[in-house]
Amino acid sequence: MILDELYYTKSHEWVRVEGEKGTVGITDFAQSELQDIVYVELPEVGKKLKAGEVLCSIDSVKSSAEIYTPVSGEVIEVNEKLSSEPELVNKDPYGEGWIAIVKLADSNEISNLLSAKEYEEMLEGEK
Amino acid sequence: MSRYIPLTERDREEMLKEMGISSIEDLFSSIPEELKFKGKLNISPIKDERALVDYFRNIDAQNRFADKKIFLGAGAYNHYIPYAVDYISMRSEYLTPYTPYQPEVSQGNLTAAFEYQTYISALTGLEVANVSMYEGATATAEAALMALRVKKGKIAVARSLNPQYKEVMETYLRKQGIDIVEIGYNRDGRINIREVEEKIDNNTTGFIVGYPNFFGVIEELETVYENIKDKKVLLITSTWEPLSLAILKSPGDSGAEIAAGETQSFGLPLAYGGPYLGFFATTKKYMWKMPGRLVGMTKDIEGKEGFVLTLSAREQHIRRQRATSNICSNEAWCTVRVAIYLSLLGRKGLRKLALLNHKRAVRAASMLEDKGFKLKFNGPFFNEFVVDVGTDGEKFRDALLSGGIVAGYPLGKEFPELSNSLLLTFTEMNSLSDIDALVKGMEASK
Amino acid sequence: MKLIFELSKEGKEGFFVREEAGEVRIPSDLMRGEIKELPEVSEREVVSHYLKLSIMNYSEDWGIYPLGSCTMKYNPKVNELVASIFTDAHPLLPEELVQGNLRIFRELEEVLKEITGLDAFTLAPSAGAHGEFTGITTIRNYLESKGERREIVLIPDSAHGTNPASSTLAGYRAVEIPSGPDGMIDLEKFKEALNQKVAALMITNPNTLGIFERDIKKIAELLHSKGALLYMDGANMNALLGKVKVADFGVDVMHLNLHKTFSTPHGGGGPGSGPVGAVKEVAPFLPGPRLIGEEGRLHWEKGGDRIRSFFGNFLVLVKALAYIRELGGEGLKEAAELAVLNANYLRAKLSKKFKMSYSTPTLHEFVLSEESFRDKTSTLDIAKRLLDYGFHPPTIYFPLIVHGALMIEPTETESKESLDDFAGALLRIVEEAKKEPKLLHSAPHNTPIRRLDEVGAARNPILRWQKS
Repeated sequence: MILDELYYTKSHEWVRVEGEKGTVGITDFAQSELQDIVYVELPEVGKKLKAGEVLCSIDSVKSSAEIYTPVSGEVIEVNEKLSSEPELVNKDPYGEGWIAIVKLADSNEISNLLSAKEYEEMLEGEK
Repeated sequence: MSRYIPLTERDREEMLKEMGISSIEDLFSSIPEELKFKGKLNISPIKDERALVDYFRNIDAQNRFADKKIFLGAGAYNHYIPYAVDYISMRSEYLTPYTPYQPEVSQGNLTAAFEYQTYISALTGLEVANVSMYEGATATAEAALMALRVKKGKIAVARSLNPQYKEVMETYLRKQGIDIVEIGYNRDGRINIREVEEKIDNNTTGFIVGYPNFFGVIEELETVYENIKDKKVLLITSTWEPLSLAILKSPGDSGAEIAAGETQSFGLPLAYGGPYLGFFATTKKYMWKMPGRLVGMTKDIEGKEGFVLTLSAREQHIRRQRATSNICSNEAWCTVRVAIYLSLLGRKGLRKLALLNHKRAVRAASMLEDKGFKLKFNGPFFNEFVVDVGTDGEKFRDALLSGGIVAGYPLGKEFPELSNSLLLTFTEMNSLSDIDALVKGMEASK
Repeated sequence: MKLIFELSKEGKEGFFVREEAGEVRIPSDLMRGEIKELPEVSEREVVSHYLKLSIMNYSEDWGIYPLGSCTMKYNPKVNELVASIFTDAHPLLPEELVQGNLRIFRELEEVLKEITGLDAFTLAPSAGAHGEFTGITTIRNYLESKGERREIVLIPDSAHGTNPASSTLAGYRAVEIPSGPDGMIDLEKFKEALNQKVAALMITNPNTLGIFERDIKKIAELLHSKGALLYMDGANMNALLGKVKVADFGVDVMHLNLHKTFSTPHGGGGPGSGPVGAVKEVAPFLPGPRLIGEEGRLHWEKGGDRIRSFFGNFLVLVKALAYIRELGGEGLKEAAELAVLNANYLRAKLSKKFKMSYSTPTLHEFVLSEESFRDKTSTLDIAKRLLDYGFHPPTIYFPLIVHGALMIEPTETESKESLDDFAGALLRIVEEAKKEPKLLHSAPHNTPIRRLDEVGAARNPILRWQKS
């Protein structure tokens, strides 16, 4: 499942841009590859990151993946719910399974990201 | 042919024939000729079992401590081991499996490990204990590394921490470029709180305190905790005589968030330093940051309770360079021994044993004080204490050796300010008459 | 089954402890009361409990335990008797009283030097990964003594996870080198990655695919030309005993696993021992304390950075020395030869139905790929079904570079019959996968417990017993 209104990365993260805020999560494809998620190591609020830097890590029973922020900026909110219910990332990756909200440092960066169509094509290519 | 290899000459020929190969050497053809060793290793075999045992008995005959009265502790303790511990732990099913990667055929080890975790949790007063670290010093160093995952900064260490543990911590932390500050001790042998106030700041990650400390003295952990908690510094305790935890207020109840140390006292022989068993416990809040293996309870597809290795994504086989530790093989078999030991001693026995150790040490201290010896520190101790012998401690100890007494551990090498002091240790293995002999010997050498 | 805590009943006693009159000098505010979690159980019940637990374990003594790169060989029983002679010495006894123990250290150092051709050994490391940390730290201290501050340790992608984790712990950045189509380090990629920032390459030889790294000497020369060192992970040394001296490869530092190659029991995950050897130039940087002096006057001196308390897992050292002394040089070589024979015999048998991960010849172990059965079943299902046949499965899903890997190391201590039976079971399971895949998917059926919910265990961790 891919949502039209989001922007994507090649490493399977998404960002939803609303004003100067970007909500970040992982894609449906990414959660299905990781399988049953058991732990999300949430980033610290206040952490400043450049696009492509490690935002957090997500662990399943037999794997651990680093998640990269699609956009630069400061982490202003994290999804605390994931510390007790990491499975939300599996159940609802684009909704309740969001990871963090980043205050965008540079809204022009969005143009570097993939559109839903481009991301879909990329996934087709990987198959 | 070795008795451990169940392949006859004929088997070997048949196997080669079936593979269509003429000699075993052909199987090594992937090794370049110039790298092959063409000679013979200069190690002669001792094939006869009795001769082999005799060979080692003869080596042991060069040891000369068996008839000595020994009052040594300082990180390793001579406690009696109930024979049932040996008898059960020596079973093939405990001694010879690998790490329980296949839980369906490892429930014995996994259950025992879960029980061990429960024991360590109860003793330390912390919620989560891992299956084991190598020994006390590396467990303590890993505690410092874990604190650095919670908060970046420098590490504070009590000067009264076990000096070997301090050295290991320096090895582990220096490679990561971490600063270590040392906090001194007072006349009572306890942590100098003024130094805590001065040297520990908001950039400090954790404060590592011996509990009891290397002088045998019991710290007032709560006072220490009160002085560091506002700076968001983790209180970390390190304990190398875990029997003390049977009667002392637990680290967890005193503000510590990580408790590490050595478990040798609970059913492992002195064995000249190893194998021992490092314990490690922390709060549930930090469990994903901890090193080492964890066993958790779960259910199988039929709803039956069972145990598995869990939270494994922290570990090196999954996270590789991002792992919380590089530890793989640990001291799993020793945890089985500890679980059996603590089950035998139980709620009443362990407490009684701890009190017996303490009382013997108190008795010795009183007798020495009566003979004019001064204890170096007036803080309360568990089963060891520091005595001032008024002269070079090492020479004083050596003088008693000829009388068959090993009068503790001279502190001068690691604490130059205590060069006239000995650390004396008393357990249930030091009989009352042995204590009399020690006091008499020390008085005579005075 | 009930836990020991659930067997507790007030008033029972598992061990007699004397109560003695005497003074308690600890203020009561520093003391705790009875620890209510600790049970009260009789010795009879404790023994029964741990006996019942034990029989739920598979063990090496029971039969083939073919975990790849783990070298689960038979653990000779006499070595336990020999170790029991040496249980009583306190590690801080004056050295003059423990010359026998010190001789054990000296003798083991000497035989390990003879086996590897290296110039010095420390016996302190407690396990393989601890040896890796020790070895890389030794390299770091050596390089820094020459004013060289380097940043990187190169590690092939087939390496065990401890290699990168140990490098990180020693303050280096681990950089992965891909394997080539033959399963060996890709020499060209290695050359591209090699520069003045590289402190060392960690190589396992034979590697985790069982393949001998043919270019190892060339690799050593390239490293040395850039001032970097070659570290060898000795996890797979069982293939090479008496057949090579690793110093001839150009290896500068290595660790051995006494609990693999030299037969000491694994104990369900330790205690192990991971001695580290080094060439002359690097030897002064091995950790301390270091054993000095002539027989009868052996003593400890400070040496390099301390990596644990006291001197090492002494009883494990005793058992390994007993093994080496019993077999002697020719016996060790025979062990290596027959380990390689057994592995290749098994490989040949299984090749009829399974696809090998690489066609390159292998020594003491080999890796099957899931390719030949992927459409019918999974590696996990095959492993679980093996349990029903009474065998411990091989290492699965490792090395990571082989999809659905089954990594098999039978060791020299299996009979031809045992290998035939094991191969027979695997071949039968492949047939079952075609006809009755469900049977595999729901396996194991005959074990004390069935497949466990690992996801639930990690999401809602229950890590200790609590009174409900």
